[in-house]
Amino acid sequence: MAFITANWNPLGDAFYRKIELYDMGWSLRDGLKDCMVAAAPYGGPIALLRQSQRPSPSARPQLEIYSSSGVSMASFPWKSGPVRQLGWTVCDDLLAIQEDGTVLIYDLFGTFKRHFSMGNEVVQNQVLEAKVFHSPYGTGVAIVTGASRFTLAMNIDDLKLRRLPEVPGLQGAPSCWAVLTQDRQTKVLLANGADLYILDNTSCTPVTPPGLSPQACSIINMAVSFSYKYLALFTDSGHLWMGSTNLKDKLSEVETKVRSAPKQMVWSRRPKSQQPSVVLMWDRLLLVAGVCKETIQYTLDEECVCVAELDGVRIVGASRHEMLQEVPSACEDIFKIASMAPGALLLEAHKEYEAASFGKCFLSNFPPEPFVSMCRDLRVLNSVRDYSVGIPLTHTQYKQMTVQVLIDRLVYRKLYPLAIEICRYLKTPEYQGVSRVLKHWACCKVQQKEEPDESIARAVSVKLGEAAGISYSEIAARAYECGRTELAIKLLEFEPRSGEQVPLLLKMKRSQLGLSKAIESGDTDLVYTVVTYLKNEMNRGDFFMTLRNQPVALSLYRQFCKHQEQETLKDLFNQDDDHHELGNFYVRASYKESKLEARLSLLQSAVDEYNKAKNEFAAKATEEEMKLLRFQRRLDEEKGEALLGLSLHDTLHALLSANYHKQAEQLYRDFRVPDKRYWWLKLTALAEKEDWDELEKFAKSKKSPIGYLPFVEVCVKRHNKYEAKKYVSKVTPEQKVKAHLAIGDLEGAAEAAIERRSEGEISTVLARCSPTTDRALLERLNRARSTAAKK
Amino acid sequence: MAHSVRRDAPELPDFSLLKRLARDQLIYLLEQLPGKKDLFIEADLMSPLDRIANVTTLKEHEVDKLYKVEHKSIVSTSDQLCFLIRPRIQTVKWICDVVNADKAVGKFRRYKVIFCPQKFYACETLLEEQGIIGDVTTDEWSFYLLPLDDDIISLELPEFFRDNFLEGDQRWVRTAGSALHLLHSLYGPFSKVYGIGRCSKMAYESWREQVKEGEQRVRQADIGNVFLIDRDVDLVTPLCSQVVYEGLVDDIFRIKCGCVEFGPDVTSSDKSMKVMLNSQDKVFNEIRNEHFSQVFGFLSQKARNLQTAYDKRSGMDIKQMKTFVSEELKGLKKEHRLLSLHIGASESMMKKKTKQDFQEMLKTEHSLLEGFEIRECISFIEEHINRQASMVESMRLLCLLSLTENGLLPKDYRSLKAQYLQSYGVDHLLTFSNLKQLGLLVEQQPGETLTVMESRVGKLVNDKTAGKLTDAFSSLAKKSNFRALSRRLNLVPKSDEEYDLRVPRDMAYIFSGAYIPLSCKLIEQVLERDGWTGLEEVTRMINGHEFAVTAGSNGSDPRGRSDAQRIILVMFLGGCTYSEISALRFLGKEKGYKFVVVTTAITNSARVLESMLDNHA
Repeated sequence: MAFITANWNPLGDAFYRKIELYDMGWSLRDGLKDCMVAAAPYGGPIALLRQSQRPSPSARPQLEIYSSSGVSMASFPWKSGPVRQLGWTVCDDLLAIQEDGTVLIYDLFGTFKRHFSMGNEVVQNQVLEAKVFHSPYGTGVAIVTGASRFTLAMNIDDLKLRRLPEVPGLQGAPSCWAVLTQDRQTKVLLANGADLYILDNTSCTPVTPPGLSPQACSIINMAVSFSYKYLALFTDSGHLWMGSTNLKDKLSEVETKVRSAPKQMVWSRRPKSQQPSVVLMWDRLLLVAGVCKETIQYTLDEECVCVAELDGVRIVGASRHEMLQEVPSACEDIFKIASMAPGALLLEAHKEYEAASFGKCFLSNFPPEPFVSMCRDLRVLNSVRDYSVGIPLTHTQYKQMTVQVLIDRLVYRKLYPLAIEICRYLKTPEYQGVSRVLKHWACCKVQQKEEPDESIARAVSVKLGEAAGISYSEIAARAYECGRTELAIKLLEFEPRSGEQVPLLLKMKRSQLGLSKAIESGDTDLVYTVVTYLKNEMNRGDFFMTLRNQPVALSLYRQFCKHQEQETLKDLFNQDDDHHELGNFYVRASYKESKLEARLSLLQSAVDEYNKAKNEFAAKATEEEMKLLRFQRRLDEEKGEALLGLSLHDTLHALLSANYHKQAEQLYRDFRVPDKRYWWLKLTALAEKEDWDELEKFAKSKKSPIGYLPFVEVCVKRHNKYEAKKYVSKVTPEQKVKAHLAIGDLEGAAEAAIERRSEGEISTVLARCSPTTDRALLERLNRARSTAAKK
Repeated sequence: MAHSVRRDAPELPDFSLLKRLARDQLIYLLEQLPGKKDLFIEADLMSPLDRIANVTTLKEHEVDKLYKVEHKSIVSTSDQLCFLIRPRIQTVKWICDVVNADKAVGKFRRYKVIFCPQKFYACETLLEEQGIIGDVTTDEWSFYLLPLDDDIISLELPEFFRDNFLEGDQRWVRTAGSALHLLHSLYGPFSKVYGIGRCSKMAYESWREQVKEGEQRVRQADIGNVFLIDRDVDLVTPLCSQVVYEGLVDDIFRIKCGCVEFGPDVTSSDKSMKVMLNSQDKVFNEIRNEHFSQVFGFLSQKARNLQTAYDKRSGMDIKQMKTFVSEELKGLKKEHRLLSLHIGASESMMKKKTKQDFQEMLKTEHSLLEGFEIRECISFIEEHINRQASMVESMRLLCLLSLTENGLLPKDYRSLKAQYLQSYGVDHLLTFSNLKQLGLLVEQQPGETLTVMESRVGKLVNDKTAGKLTDAFSSLAKKSNFRALSRRLNLVPKSDEEYDLRVPRDMAYIFSGAYIPLSCKLIEQVLERDGWTGLEEVTRMINGHEFAVTAGSNGSDPRGRSDAQRIILVMFLGGCTYSEISALRFLGKEKGYKFVVVTTAITNSARVLESMLDNHA
């Protein structure tokens, strides 16, 4: 503890420290010599491509993947073409860019995922140099070809190749270059001798860094900071220029006195950096050059690789893995010699009393949350930094990366128990935390080819049973992708939302099962999706057969056909031998048809179908309709009446109104119209015409089947009391009172009521009496009512 | 007022929140198409839209012209068109025609289709088939629920009834589930859910699934209990003539979206007038639930009171007069205006109602409900048909006859049908086919074998299979078992006692004391019994898929008497009538409950039967 500042070196106002992260677990016989190395930022994995020891044409280089602590994760002989560059994507996939422009993608465990090409012209010209870069758009690849042309792929997951314009005067590869992301644009900055160019989509612009020392003949190395904000240029005169990437400001210039090109050059900054610096690496020398123009020198005793981080530089060697960074101000406050900052005092107190959170209780206004969350963070960081996991994250990096991404990375490394532990420890909501990890575990589990379906399904359901928000269909989809259809179906059984099962079932060609599940879900949209799918997949007969067994789907499809495919509807009914519906179908069609002949033939089809359905009633009704239509047409042609389409009743009414009594009689007989209806019709028609003579004749023609009260009523309705009176005498005794009242004959009504001795009828008459009614009549009525009541 | 309100009756939650939510979402959607645009609105969405956002609001969000969707070519000159429609194939097809017509003449416009309340896969498929999926953007306006009044919420989906019960198309069930989910998340958690009917069960399941998918918020419940009921559980009630004021107004003038248009005969002027009918209308609020025979009394009393209030002026000094004018006069004037409107409406209805045939029709209806003098009823119906009186009324009586008598005798069935066709045209062959399918008008089957077998099978096998079997059976014949249900549940009060309509003693008052609506009786019974226990035979006769679920952990208040527990949401799938709402209000007052009625649409006999006509679809 006391020597914690022993490896601190001052640089300007700040300190730099180099601390050991790991004693590497790998054993590399020749160190990193002759190795192509790629190490991912944020403490990510390290890939090595080692040239074969025996230089023979048949010998293959070996590709090895290690964790940051040097634990082997994969190793296999490289059987593809010569590799120009290795790199890691933001989601820990390995990119290998080959000479011919093919980019191969492997996962963390060396499993091949896919490949893509950087363009056809590259195959001829070959890739001279390549770089992998990260931007807000994802992981990108930039190459320069033998024809000195640059090609960019901004995002390898959404591949769009951009060939950049030609650079004037450039032969072969530039002396150095870098990819910049500025103002949502990705550009290439390159140096050709002393000339510096910015290359964007459309143009190649020469630029001059302000205040670059004039002695330089050539820029031989360059570095862009992690945030793309700062640029460092190294010239053959040994000058290191530092400034902003937009080349407007110069920060500093340091003379290093070394003229050979550094093997690697990276920025070392941290958020709120006091003293940013550039780290330069030569064979045996590591130089930290600060903006303050001071430098720190370290001697290297082995081949190393520098990895830029958000808040420093990692230095990976064959035996050690170190971190070089500016000492954070918090650390500085605590450990600086003779510091009197609160942290330092607390540390002293801790040493005295061995109480970790001693003193916290003396702070009255200090909220406990930051303390608790910091302790949690530290615990998480310590557990992932453990040698066996090998993710050496700093707290700054961890905050930048977020816990979600950390969990993803652990899951990707198949460290499921640790990931779940962390989720539980940090109380991440189950949906985003534990459930997500379990889902990944299950997706991985289903790929274990040696285990039988039954036991995998059981294992998955046991583990996942209680977790919230698990989508079994996603796991099943993965199983299906691995060719395990039976397992997928077993897993789908666990999916509680039947709607989720359907798309996969369709994909697996289990459409019948899919249809049942869709119907079970009660979601008609889903049912309809399956129906549409089946319609395209099956032949018509099978399709109809399937629908026939599923009434819900059938009704849905019928509804659709009603609007969209009338003919299909007919076929559906035909298939089912549903003659009744077919009959209805033709009747419906007949009403949409304007031409009479076509209409009649449709109705004839309807009659045939109804007969087949043994629906005599409907058949007869339809036949009569045809007969009526023909009759109407004849009459329309003969007399110019517009009868076509009227109902029988309306036709009769129209005929009677127009004085076609003979034709009306004929219809009445032909269609066996009930007497009652005919009498009502004729009565109304005659009254409407006020043809009172004809009405009287009609009344006398024979005994009325509807009685004579209607005669009285129609006359009254037409305000003809005189005519009405004629029929009052013919009315049956039960209706006498009503008839008299209808014509307003109160006395007559009273007489009739008293005669019939009906209490109810007398009351009705009484109710119609007014104060002006004859007193004597009133008395008679009242008397009669009381006698009737006594009975 | 005839009924005294129990003092401990709970307060209803505020449903205007639903309107605000709908409006905000609509505005958001309109803003997704920035700039001036013409808006085409589906005809039956116009009134609901009007309740949510008026023309001024729409104009504020750059809607230029408003058009009604009329399924013909359009005249708009705007380069942005927005369509606000129901997810119907015909309308989407029309939009495709509009877009393709523009394409044909090389006209470029931006199109946006807003489906209300949701889009269906079939609609999108159609856009795809017509090759315009890339030309239009689609959105959903999840405007599920329109509060029509303090205690009535409507989904405004009249087609629910036909689609679901006749065509067997369950597309709207999920919509109902979503509506329930919305209510649950705003006014829940519900602690008890009762229900009867296949569709109710499905809506319940759909809702539960949505609850599972979404996140749970812990809140104090406003509504404790829910009752779901399918319209086809009780088809008798909506077919009865309504005689309670609000129902009668609906039967005669047709209330549309809580608003009625009174013609010149009511307003006693030369023009029609649109009037909102809800609890804001003080006069209406007092008479809406009254039997019509009582309304005149109330209105004249009201008129006298109003006169007294006006008369106060005579003895006033200047200062009193000033306060009177500033504080009371406006209210009095408004009340006066409303009063004269309702008197006008009552007079107009009285004219129709007191007519001889209306009285006889009511008598027939009551006889049918009682199962009394059926032959006379049949003759009455026959005469009704023969005289070609109203087509819908004839059909209504036929259906009532069939429902109450468990179908017509084959002889009657044939002859009445034949006469009906002669009167109103042979195209009604299709109507009869629909009525038969739905079980509204059927022929008696020889013997009762089918029902018995059906229910036995239903007992033996599990729910799912039973569902399928029931489907199969129901296409053969539907039974109403009305008579037996009526006996068991005492739906028809004994006719020998005089029924005092001024002081109603039960829900039968809404039908002049002749019949307690089955739907409301079921609700009453289930709430009383806290489930379906003891009603096994009833549910068997209804063939009802009944269920009663108590929510687990966040279960009800131990006392069970907290306010929320006495607010009951009743959801009618397939529509409910104003009379039923009146009956529930009555029940609520008696038992100290408050009912909130959620319905797919307000219905009545004419609407039910018109939806069965085939030119309708």
